[in-house]
Amino acid sequence: MDNLTSSGWRQALLQGFVAGLITVSASTIGMVELFGTRYFLAGLFTMGQLLLFAPPAVLAFSLAGKIKSQGISIVTVKAAAIGAISGAMLALLVWANQTFPLRTVLINLSPKLMGLLTFDRSLAEGALILIGVSVATAVFGALLQFVPRLYRQALLSAIITTLGVGLLAPLLFERIRNFFGQSVAQLVFTSSALQVVPAIIIFAASAALFYFRGKAALNSKPKAEQKLNPRQKMLRQIPLAIFLLILPMLLGSYLTEITNNVGIFLLMGLGLNIVVGLAGLLDLGYVAFFAIGAYTMAVLTSTGPLGVAQMSFWAALPICVAVSALAGVLLGTPVLRMRGDYLAIVTLGFGEIIRILALSDLLKPFIGGAQGILQIPKPSIAGITLISPEQLYYVILGGALLAAFISNRLRESRVGRTWIAMREDEDVAEAMGINLVRTKLLAFAIGAGFSGLAGAIFSPKLTSIFPHSFNLLISINILSLIIVGGLGSIPGTIVGALVLVGLPELLREFAEFRWLMYGLLLVVMMLNRPEGFIPSDVIRRELHSGDEHRAEV
Amino acid sequence: MKDRLKNLDLITAFLWLLRAAIILVVAWGTFKTLLSNPYTSRNWLDFIIFGIAQGSMYALIAIGYTLVYGVLKMINFAHGEFFMSGIFTATSALAIPLAASGFMDQHPLLSLLAIGLLSMLISVGIALLTERIAYRPLRHAPRLMPLITAIGASFFWQYYFRGLFGSQVRPFPTVAALQGSIPFLNTTVLKTHVLVVVVTVLALVALNFFITKTRAGMAIRSVSENKDVAALMGINVDRAISMTFATGATMAGLAGLLYALVYGQVHFFMGFIPGIKAFTAAVLGGIGNIPGAAVGGLLLGLFESVGPSLFLQGLGIPAFNQLKDVIAFTMLVLVLIFRPQGIMGERLAEKKA
Amino acid sequence: MSKKAFSILALLVVTSLLLAACGAPAASGGADAPAAEGDVVVAAGDPIRIASALVISGPNTDLGLDSQHGVEIAIEFKGEIKGHAIELQAEDDGCSAEGGQAAGQKIVSDPSIVAVIGTSCSGSGVPMAQVVSDAGYVMVSPSNTAPSLTDPAQAWKPGYLRTAHNDKVQGAAMAEYAYSVLGLSTAAAIHDGDPYTEGLANAFRESFEALGGSVVAFTAVNVGDTDMRPVLTSIAASEGGAPAFLFFPVFTAECAHLATQALEVAGLENTVRGAADGCFSAASAEAIGDAAPGMYFSGPDLSFSGDVYNQFAAAYQSNFGTAPISVFHAHAFDATNMVFACIEEVSVEGADGSLTINRQAMRDCLYATSGFQGITGSLTCNEYGDCADPKIAVYEIVDGEYVSVWP
Repeated sequence: MDNLTSSGWRQALLQGFVAGLITVSASTIGMVELFGTRYFLAGLFTMGQLLLFAPPAVLAFSLAGKIKSQGISIVTVKAAAIGAISGAMLALLVWANQTFPLRTVLINLSPKLMGLLTFDRSLAEGALILIGVSVATAVFGALLQFVPRLYRQALLSAIITTLGVGLLAPLLFERIRNFFGQSVAQLVFTSSALQVVPAIIIFAASAALFYFRGKAALNSKPKAEQKLNPRQKMLRQIPLAIFLLILPMLLGSYLTEITNNVGIFLLMGLGLNIVVGLAGLLDLGYVAFFAIGAYTMAVLTSTGPLGVAQMSFWAALPICVAVSALAGVLLGTPVLRMRGDYLAIVTLGFGEIIRILALSDLLKPFIGGAQGILQIPKPSIAGITLISPEQLYYVILGGALLAAFISNRLRESRVGRTWIAMREDEDVAEAMGINLVRTKLLAFAIGAGFSGLAGAIFSPKLTSIFPHSFNLLISINILSLIIVGGLGSIPGTIVGALVLVGLPELLREFAEFRWLMYGLLLVVMMLNRPEGFIPSDVIRRELHSGDEHRAEV
Repeated sequence: MKDRLKNLDLITAFLWLLRAAIILVVAWGTFKTLLSNPYTSRNWLDFIIFGIAQGSMYALIAIGYTLVYGVLKMINFAHGEFFMSGIFTATSALAIPLAASGFMDQHPLLSLLAIGLLSMLISVGIALLTERIAYRPLRHAPRLMPLITAIGASFFWQYYFRGLFGSQVRPFPTVAALQGSIPFLNTTVLKTHVLVVVVTVLALVALNFFITKTRAGMAIRSVSENKDVAALMGINVDRAISMTFATGATMAGLAGLLYALVYGQVHFFMGFIPGIKAFTAAVLGGIGNIPGAAVGGLLLGLFESVGPSLFLQGLGIPAFNQLKDVIAFTMLVLVLIFRPQGIMGERLAEKKA
Repeated sequence: MSKKAFSILALLVVTSLLLAACGAPAASGGADAPAAEGDVVVAAGDPIRIASALVISGPNTDLGLDSQHGVEIAIEFKGEIKGHAIELQAEDDGCSAEGGQAAGQKIVSDPSIVAVIGTSCSGSGVPMAQVVSDAGYVMVSPSNTAPSLTDPAQAWKPGYLRTAHNDKVQGAAMAEYAYSVLGLSTAAAIHDGDPYTEGLANAFRESFEALGGSVVAFTAVNVGDTDMRPVLTSIAASEGGAPAFLFFPVFTAECAHLATQALEVAGLENTVRGAADGCFSAASAEAIGDAAPGMYFSGPDLSFSGDVYNQFAAAYQSNFGTAPISVFHAHAFDATNMVFACIEEVSVEGADGSLTINRQAMRDCLYATSGFQGITGSLTCNEYGDCADPKIAVYEIVDGEYVSVWP
C-alpha cells in the first residue's frame, strides 16, 4: 500500500478484491445472515446490508484520499471498479452455491442468506442489484473526498453518529421508554431499530452540530494551556462526581450491571497497570489473585456448608485484600529473576495452577471443587442489604475510586519512579541503588491487592462462584484492556475497560461474533493507535522513538 | 548495600526452600508410588510411549513459536490458530468428502498426502496473512503491541473458522492401514504413535537441513541474529520474516494432520490448549532455540503422561490426573528457577528479553 | 492538594455508600424496576416476547445453540397466541456465572419479556435464578441438571423451573443398569471438572455403591485434554483391579477421546464403557465411530418417534442444515411449549385486542403444570420446579444411531 503506482489501477483492483473478500467472508461465516435480522432503519436497512456495502465504500473512500489528484472522473471510475468487483464476488458466491453443494462444507451458506444476497430475486437480477448498490456506495464513498473538508468531516461524523444510534437502538429504546414512556420511545424507535424520520433528524442535527463545531475550532486560535489552581481543578471535578453518583438512576438496572462488570475489570486493570504498565513485569496469570480474593471472601462469608466464619462482607474485605497481596509476594518471589517472556509464561502457569487447584477434587472439601461455593451473602450497610445492581454500583464505585486514587498517588511518588526506572532498564536501575527485589515485590503485592479487592466484590455480587469464572481469558482480557486503553495511563484503563468489557456486553445479541469483533477490534486498534486510546506520556515518547528508528532503517 | 544483601539472602533462601520443597514432594511422591508399585513395567513403558507421542506433537507446534520468537522477539499467540485452521479446513473440505466417496479407502496414502498438503497450505496462508496484516506494521512498536494483535488475531481466526465450518466436533475419518498396534519390547505401540514419532523426526531433520543448508534458511538465521546487519548484507528482511512464519506454520499444519490421525477429531477450539502447551514447551526448552523446542515439547509430553502417576499417586491425592497441568507448570517453574534461560537457551536470551 | 483531593474522595466514597444504602432502593423501586407482581401488557398487533439465555459462544456452543434451535422451532410451530405473533430475544449465558447474571439483568430490564428459556449451564443458572426471581419473572431451563438448583436449602429460587432431569436420577439409572442389568460389580468414574459432569459422576458413584458395587477409581480429566491414555492406564491398574464398567459423563470431544482410547489401553479392552447425555449427539456418534460397540449412553427416555418429533426433526434439518447437534433441543422445545400453554391459560384479552399477562399467574401456572405432553414425556412440576419426566433410558449406538436398550 505504501508504494503507489502512478495510475493506481492495480491499487483499485486490489482494493476491490479486498472488499470482495471481506463481504464474501462475512456472508460465508454467517454474520450477514445474523445481522440481516437487525434493522438499522426500521423496515429499510439492516446491519447485514451494512456489512455487504460498507467495505467497498470505506475502501473506495480511503483510496480516493490517496489518488485525489487524478481528478474526479478517474477516481469515480476507480471507485466504481471497487464496488463492481466486490458486488461481483458476492454474486459469484451465490452462483457457486447454486451450482455446487457448498453447504455440506460451509454450513452457513443457508437458503436464507442466498435470499438476502439476491434480494429474493433470480440470480441474474440479484447480481445486478448487488453490483449496482456496491458501485453506488463505493462511488459515494469516493466522492466524499471531493467534498470540502469541513463538510466532509461533518458528514462522516453524522453518518457514524446515526449508525451508532441505530446500533444501540434496543438499549436507547429501553431507556427512553423508562423516562418518557412507551409512546415517546416508539416515536423514535421500533423495539430494535431507528424510525426513518427521527434518523433523518438525528443525521441532520449531528451534521449541523459537527459542522459548527469544526468551524468554531477552525476560527478560534489555539488557546494557551490554562494554568488552574488546585481549587479550580477541584471545582471542575464536581460535575463529574455528581454524574458518577446519579449514574445508576440514568442507566437502569441492566446498564448498571454492565457498568459494574466494567468496574470490576477496571479495578483489576488498575492493578495490572501497576505491574505491567509501571513496573514493566508482563503478567499473564493475573486472574490468580482475582480468584484468591473471590474465594477468600466466599469461604469467610458463605452461609452454606463451606463457609467457615460467616463473617460480614466489610469485615472480610480487608482480609481478602491482604491474602491476595500476600499471594502476590509468594508467587512473585520465584519469578524475581525472570524477565520478559519467561515471566509471562510462568505467571500464565501460576494462573492455571490456581484455577486447576480451585476445581480439583483435592481441595473440594474446602472450596467446593467443580460445584463452587454457593450462598454468599450480599453486602449490607446499616441493616440494608445491597441486592440490586444499582446498589452494588456504589460499592464498586467506591473501590474503583480508591484504587484510582492510590494508583495516581503511587505513580507520582518515589516508588512509582523506581518502578518506571526498573521498567526502562533493570541493570541501570539496580546500579542506581534501587532495590530490585523490594521494588518488584511491592508492585506484585499492590497489583495483587487490587485484584483481590475486585474478587472480593465479585463473589457476593454473583452470590455463587465457580472455578470456571477464573480462566486464562480473564487475564488476557485485562492485559488487552490496559494496552488498548493506553499502558500506564489511568484514564486509558477506564476507556479500555469500557470498550473491551462494556462493548461486548452491549453486543450480547451477536453471540459468537462478539469474539470475532473483539479480536478484530484489538488488531485494528493496535494498528491505528498502537499507543492506546489515552496514552501516557512515556509510551507516546517510546513510540515516537520507534518512528525515528524506522526512519533510520 | 548491606540492606540489599540481607534482602537478597532472604530471597535466595526462599528460592532454595522452594526448590527443596518441590523436589522433596516429587521425591516423596515417587518413593511412595514405587513402594506401593501399582504399575507393571509394561504400564510404565506405556506411559513413556504416550508421553513421547504427545510430546512430539507439542514439539512440532513449539517450533513455530520458537522460530518466530527468534526472529521477531514476539510471542505469537495466534500460532495455535495456525495449527487449527489447516487441519480443520482439510478435514471439513477434503478428508470427510474423500472418505464419503470411498476414495480414501482405495488410496489411503494419496489421500493422506493430499490432506496433509492442504492442511499445511492453509496454515501457511493464514500465517502469512496474519503476519502481513497484524504484525508487520508493528515491527518497531514496543513488544506488548504485537502481543495484543496476536491475541486479537487468535480470537478472530477461532470464530472465523467456527463460522465457516460450524461449532461441532468433526470426526477425522479412520484410515484402515493405521489401525491397530505393533509389538514393541514387552508392550504394543499404536501404529499412529509410530507414525507421529517417525514423521516428527523426519520433519525435524528436514527443518535442520532447511535452516542450516539452504539460502532461505540462512537468511532466517541471519535475520534472527541481527535484522539491521542482515538488511545491509542484502537480505530481504520482510521476505525472511515471511519465510519464518511459513516454516513455523508448515510444521503446525503437519502437527495438525498427526493430531487428527491420533485423536480422530477436530474442532474450532482445538488450537487454543495445544498452543499454550507448545508455548510452554518452547520456553521450557529455551525460547528461540530450535532443538530446545523439540526437547521442551518432548519433556512436557513426558511430564504430563508420567508425572501424575509417578509423583502424585503415592501421595493419595484424589483424581490426581486432573493435576497434570499443575505438574507441567511446576516443572517449568523449577527448571526456570535453576536455569532462567530454559534448558537449552543461551545466556544471551536473558540479557535483553 | 493531596489533602483536599483525599477529603473529596472520602466524601465521595461516603456519599456513595450512603446512597447505596438509602438512595438506591428508591431508584430501584421507582419507575425503573419492573413491578414484582406486575402485568405484561402486549398491545394489539405487538408480538408476545420471550427470551432465551443459552450458551451460544465458546466451547460449549453446541449445547446452547441446539437448545436455542429447539426454542425457535417451537415458536415457528406455534405461530401465534391469541392473534399475537411470538418474538424471541436470544441472549448468551456464556456458560459462566457472570454471563448468567448479565443475561438475566438484561432480560429483566425489558418489561415486555414474558418468560425466559434458559440457562444452558447450571453454573449460569444459579445467579440467573436469583436475578430472574427477584424481578418477579419466571425461567424454565431446558438443560440445567445440577441437584442444587431445585434444592431449597441451596440455590432454588421461586421463579425457577426446569424440564431437564436432575443429575441424581440419571446417575442412579446408569448405576442400576450397570450393576443389575449388565451384572458388573466394579466400576470407575471420570469427570472433567465441570459442575454437571462432576455432579453426575458423584451421583453414579453413590448409587453404584449403594447397590453393593465397588467403585475402584474416581478421577478426573481436564476440559480440552486429548491424550486420555495415561489416565486410562492408571485406572486399569487400580488397586481393586481393572473396573468392569467405566463411566465418563463428559462432553463430546473428551467423551470421544475416552471412548476410543479406552480400547487401546491394556487392561481395559473388555471394560464396558458408559457415557451420558453430554455425549449424546450425531457428532458424538460420528466421533466415537468404530469404538461404539460395548458402550452405553444414559439419557432422557426420548420416545423420539411421534409425529411431533418427526416434524421437529424435519424442521431442524431444513432450518439449520444439520441433524440436532446436541441433546437438549427436545427439552427446550417442551419448555417453550409449556410457557406457551401457560400464556394461553393466564393471558386476558382486552377489548382493544391487547393481551394482559400477570407474572405471578405465569409462575403459578407453570408450577402447576401437570401431565403436560411433550417430546420428552409427560411433564409434571413439583414444588421446587423439577418438571422433567424422570424417565432415563440407556442407549447404544447401532450404525450411527442411538438405539434404546433399557428399560
